[in-house]
Amino acid sequence: MQPTRRQFLEAAILGGAATSVLGFDLAEAQAQVPELKIARTTETRSTCPYCSVSCGVIIHTLGGGSRNVKASVVHVEGDADHPINQGTLCPKGITLAHTIVNDRRLKRVMYRAPGASAWEERSWDFAIDRIARLMKDTRDRTLRRTDGRGRTINALTSVGVIGGCTDANEVNYLLVKAFRAGLGVIPIEQQARI
Amino acid sequence: MATLDLRRVSASSPPAPGVREAAVVAKLIDTTTCIGCKACEVACQAWNDLPPETTVQAGTYQTLPGLAPNFWNLIRFTEHEDDQGGLHWLMRKDQCMHCAEPGCLVACPAPGAIVQYANGIVDFQQDRCIGCGYCMTGCPFNVPTFNPRTGRVYKCTLCSDRTAVGLEPACVKACPTGCLQFGAKASLLEVATARVARLEADGFAQAAVYDPPGVGGTGVVTVLAYGDRPELYGLPRDPRIPLAVTLWKGPLKWIGNAAILAGLLGAAVHFVRYGRKAVHGADAAPAGEARDGR
Repeated sequence: MQPTRRQFLEAAILGGAATSVLGFDLAEAQAQVPELKIARTTETRSTCPYCSVSCGVIIHTLGGGSRNVKASVVHVEGDADHPINQGTLCPKGITLAHTIVNDRRLKRVMYRAPGASAWEERSWDFAIDRIARLMKDTRDRTLRRTDGRGRTINALTSVGVIGGCTDANEVNYLLVKAFRAGLGVIPIEQQARI
Repeated sequence: MATLDLRRVSASSPPAPGVREAAVVAKLIDTTTCIGCKACEVACQAWNDLPPETTVQAGTYQTLPGLAPNFWNLIRFTEHEDDQGGLHWLMRKDQCMHCAEPGCLVACPAPGAIVQYANGIVDFQQDRCIGCGYCMTGCPFNVPTFNPRTGRVYKCTLCSDRTAVGLEPACVKACPTGCLQFGAKASLLEVATARVARLEADGFAQAAVYDPPGVGGTGVVTVLAYGDRPELYGLPRDPRIPLAVTLWKGPLKWIGNAAILAGLLGAAVHFVRYGRKAVHGADAAPAGEARDGR
């Protein structure tokens, strides 16, 4: 069959009219929801660094770890398998993604000399040497070798040591060993809460 | 891409019927165990990548006076003094209530801009939103907010992207006291009822579950210690879809349609009865002559 131009137009108009009058159902049955933004992220278990509760967190990073990918943190939320927080987090902990990816995050050693008004960038070597020097001087000056009755105590109360809540048992063991057994520091707060 | 079955679509015929029966999900808010820590607020901001909103100090711990286009989850703080002079510090998490019969969806004139999934979540599709703001007048809880920069309206999605793949909403996951819970509505109502019984035994005789029937029940079930006075928490006592919206989208729509049809019919009858409009006087001159005379 070879329709003429007129027949083709008539059939098209009739067909269109019939479709619109009689209709066919184009109603949607489903709607799309946004893609889960952590569907293919790399999950890294970590510990919230803020308070001593030490909640478990999962850090979601972009990229599958291939050679040409620069991993960047896109989301942090509680670790449901962690016995302490069981997935929950406090308002501070749940902002961790913004702490990690932040223009104002401190990544280098900054030093403000006594009396100076400005911070200046220094090396890690400088910082470690400076801390060691001050601790040594302070310890030499203030270490109490004996108590009032002449018993050896080797107590250093003028220096304090603060640990971090992300430190595991092994780190805390080394912390106490280095500073209490080694230097005689009495005020040690290593944030272990058990 | 995850999809969810539809139950209702704004300004459209009912969605194609499906055979799958999705469980209606709900969020339980137990206001009596909320400590006002705002972890849910921050979790909402972080999950939905919402830019920070400048906070407003209005004399309470409340972050903002009300919900905002980029702030969908707000703890409302109220100080209530009881008859004996005791002070009660009431906190309620405010967000979209995900009504079973949503006023926003009924009022919306943009096809598909507001949908209700089969699991009960009411969600805005901003790509189809025309920014008219009718949803804001249709909502009895005053939840949707308009962003003048994007020209669209926003609100809590109950984390439809998370719930579609079996995760809990971000706010519920974060809540450290467990005052937020998520699950099938039927089982959460049991939890809420048990909690109310416990509160009654503890001396809160008016404790109640807030699941207002005026909007068909809500997808956010709230346990209130002062269940007889939901206004204390900023909740309407008997929320309903505004009468103007109900009339406009109900009887008035059909009366209007009938009026259009009657007008067309009347014109046709007039044409058959009286024919074309007769032209009289100077206008009756043939067009060609009028042009010549100019």
